[in-house]
Amino acid sequence: MNSHAIFQMVCFVAFAAVAVGAALAVVSVKNTVHGVLALVLTFFSAACLWILAEAEFLALALVVVYVGAVMVLFLFVVMMLDVDLEPMREGFIKYLPVGIGAAVVMLLEVLGIIGVKSLEMPAGSNPAGTSNIEWLGTALFTHFLLPFEIAALILTVGLVAAVVLALRVRTFSKHQNPAQQSAVRAADRVRMVKMTAVVAPAPDAVKEEPQS
Amino acid sequence: MTGVPLSWYIVFATALFCIAIAGIFINRKNVIVLLMCIELMLLAVNTNFVAFSRYLHDPAGQVFVFFILTVAAAESAIGLAIVVLMFRNRRTINVDAIDTLRY
Repeated sequence: MNSHAIFQMVCFVAFAAVAVGAALAVVSVKNTVHGVLALVLTFFSAACLWILAEAEFLALALVVVYVGAVMVLFLFVVMMLDVDLEPMREGFIKYLPVGIGAAVVMLLEVLGIIGVKSLEMPAGSNPAGTSNIEWLGTALFTHFLLPFEIAALILTVGLVAAVVLALRVRTFSKHQNPAQQSAVRAADRVRMVKMTAVVAPAPDAVKEEPQS
Repeated sequence: MTGVPLSWYIVFATALFCIAIAGIFINRKNVIVLLMCIELMLLAVNTNFVAFSRYLHDPAGQVFVFFILTVAAAESAIGLAIVVLMFRNRRTINVDAIDTLRY
């Protein structure tokens, strides 16, 4: 075992410990904002573990997409909603043994199935010295092209659905309706009225006017 | 051999998943914490995918993680939109308050 492998193992243990500790904080802290920040730390540590597994692109995507977008969205929602947290916490002590029991039983079951045998990683994940992004991109745009397009469609549907769900039409505010504005035609604005021309009176008739 | 054994990744992912399970049990009133626990579960599963992709020399695992990230982002966006909508209508995000369908 060379020093390189030992360094990787030390890094793994450190990042995994941080990730597990932050995950424990996520499920146990009282303030939800602190929970979201702990989840950010979990994602960062997990991204470091993915880099150790030579999945560089996905690690960066995790940081950019999750920490940059989804977690910020969580943070926005948590800070925007003025939630009374006290009623949420009731039952925490009551369900704590159940939760820990379920988690421990599941942990033991899964570890019993897989065993803690030391499955060694083979050397070099990428064939022929290609980079991770090249390897992943080749697979993504050849074998998985249709799922890739479907994923784009799912994102679009999710975007539209989120907007539609959160959109609130304010009835009492004065606002423009762009659809009506662009659908307007000249006939709606200007009405042409046909009427007879007003004939100017003869000049001699005007002279007699002041006497009457 | 190089690097970290596969089983370490599996143990880590299992621990993360079990923490998320416990979190769902003990925080069963706060919808936002439930959503965060679901994100933790997805992270655990993704870690397994990444580790096995490395172990088996197969890019399919990492492609799967890519799609899971996509779907999870859409899911959390819609979930948070529903939470905002629920808070607007009920002034609470307590799970116990969503029981209209029961009656």
